[in-house]
Amino acid sequence: MTKPLLVLGWGNRSRGDDALGPLCVERLRDALAPREDIEFLDDYQLMVEHVLDLYGRDRVLLVDASLGCAPPFETLPLRAAADGSLSSHALSPQALLQVYVELHDEPPPPCTLLAIRGEHFELGQAPSARALAHLDAALAWAAGWLAGAPGPARS
Amino acid sequence: MTASLETAAQPQNLRRVAIDPVSRVEGHGKVTILLDAQHRVQQVRLHIVEFRGFEKFIEGRPYWEVPVMVQRLCGICPVSHHLAASKALDRVVGAAAVTPSATKIRRLMHYGQVMQSHALHFFHLSSPDLLFGFDSEVNRRHIVGVAEAHPDIARKGVLLRKYGQEVIRATAGKRVHGTGSVPGGMNKHVSRADRELLLSEVQQMIAWSQDAVDIARTLHAQNPALYDHFGAKRAPMLSLVRPDGALELYDGVIRARDADGALLFDGASDQGYLDLIEEEVKPWSYMKFPFLKSLGPQHGWYRVGPLARVQNCDFIPSPLAESRRREFVAWGQGRPMHGALAYHWARMIELLHGMEVIADLLDDPDILSGELMAQGPRRHAGVGVIEAPRGTLIHHYEVGDDDLVTMCNLIVSTTHNNQAMNEAVRSVAREYLDGQELTEGLLNHIEVAIRAYDPCLSCATHALGRMPLELTLLGADGTVLDRAQKSSEGGFCHLDIARESDA
Repeated sequence: MTKPLLVLGWGNRSRGDDALGPLCVERLRDALAPREDIEFLDDYQLMVEHVLDLYGRDRVLLVDASLGCAPPFETLPLRAAADGSLSSHALSPQALLQVYVELHDEPPPPCTLLAIRGEHFELGQAPSARALAHLDAALAWAAGWLAGAPGPARS
Repeated sequence: MTASLETAAQPQNLRRVAIDPVSRVEGHGKVTILLDAQHRVQQVRLHIVEFRGFEKFIEGRPYWEVPVMVQRLCGICPVSHHLAASKALDRVVGAAAVTPSATKIRRLMHYGQVMQSHALHFFHLSSPDLLFGFDSEVNRRHIVGVAEAHPDIARKGVLLRKYGQEVIRATAGKRVHGTGSVPGGMNKHVSRADRELLLSEVQQMIAWSQDAVDIARTLHAQNPALYDHFGAKRAPMLSLVRPDGALELYDGVIRARDADGALLFDGASDQGYLDLIEEEVKPWSYMKFPFLKSLGPQHGWYRVGPLARVQNCDFIPSPLAESRRREFVAWGQGRPMHGALAYHWARMIELLHGMEVIADLLDDPDILSGELMAQGPRRHAGVGVIEAPRGTLIHHYEVGDDDLVTMCNLIVSTTHNNQAMNEAVRSVAREYLDGQELTEGLLNHIEVAIRAYDPCLSCATHALGRMPLELTLLGADGTVLDRAQKSSEGGFCHLDIARESDA
């Protein structure tokens, strides 16, 4: 039975602030474990098989560390788009949705990107204090999103 | 002959073209080409910034953490590092021979990893080039383009990949960050529920794997002039094989053949890899160049990965894949094939073999029960060698009495193939770029040759695999004439001109 809500984060826990995506998923999972309507997944990177994880969902929250967003985090309703990441191992969220459209011949479920500002991505480093503060702010927003009453989009 | 293209006789008078992937993090590769005034290729070099920091990252850590930590080395083949580290550390805990149950569950995990990696590479990364053409419209040359034109092929690729991920989940505990394999064995069996789930789809996956071999074989048959010769360079081949000469990806002895297929050595213990292989340093590359000691650096460079493995073995110990191997060998008329595009055909034969092995192991009761851990006298060092999707992967550790790792040496598949990829790129540059004005399509010919080897250009980053490319054209006096970029976000555009110098 596919759970109606999916939280999917990605990043490498051994690369400093790149851990923000998996950490966000882990903390949401710990806080919301009793809920049966949410599936939590994390991975190193967004890859083509994740298109199958989107199928049958009511809503999807995608979480990644970002160097480009404003601190502490930004949210973005996602639309399918073919971009250059389609020629690499790691897909952008938009490209993943485009693959979904082509494979399933239907629009993807509503997907929201939660981009958490990161600063340092060195190997072997723990997430920075500033990034963890950004994570706390993002977690509060995500909890509201998962409760069905998300705050206004931030961008 | 392409070896002469490594270093131009008079580089100061040549025009430089750099195909420079710009990566967000430390690991990346680039190709530099030197042209004379008539656009004739005089020098070609593939530079890969090898990531060595991870070995220092491991040193000082408790040995039992290592099989989990090394998975973060690579977001593409974490299971290969997980198992290679486990095999090396088996010896440290005195368990050179782990239990039958542990061996079979590890093998199941490994073949799941290999088949899902091969499916991703062929269907997602390479099929756009192969189905549409190397210089086809760039905006169509990706998995969405394949899904539009060949939805059945795209869907099979995604579902094969997903099946392999499920095999990994069932054996490692999770799709990623698995903890299933530990020094000395495994920490869990496969559940009956997972086995039933996987068995319910296994025949479909075998059928689709046969279809994949058909696609690769048909592509060769349709254009043999291209597929047999593109990026071709004669080279020795190295891989693990089973002691009886069978294809073996999890554990075996080391065998090497020369470019004509004659045995150079066979039955060598993986613990003695340093007696067989040496690494050469070249001043223009951060990445080392391994070679067979017996042949020396000039003639001893070799090829690893599917093309080497399928031709290095005497047979494949599964009937469907063995039948396809015989077709492959017959295509070469008894001579080893050395064209870069033959990797795709060999890779799909391995995909099929992987599915046959998975089917057999799912029927084996030892994956459901039995002893999981072995132990013996403690040792201070161990080597683990495994055939990762891209080729031979070597992990070597030394551990102190305090259980902390004191030395770590990793030789990854892409390092073994360093010279082979350089030679392939030189072959393509001479054949397709010589005397031509550069276009995105011609640039993609270079990428196609590199991509056939499925290199892992950067480990330890989830940006891995992104290969934005930058070209810079310089005049003989060093003046930048033109710059263009194909970014990771898409598009091929010309950039503002800036000066560059090194080659």
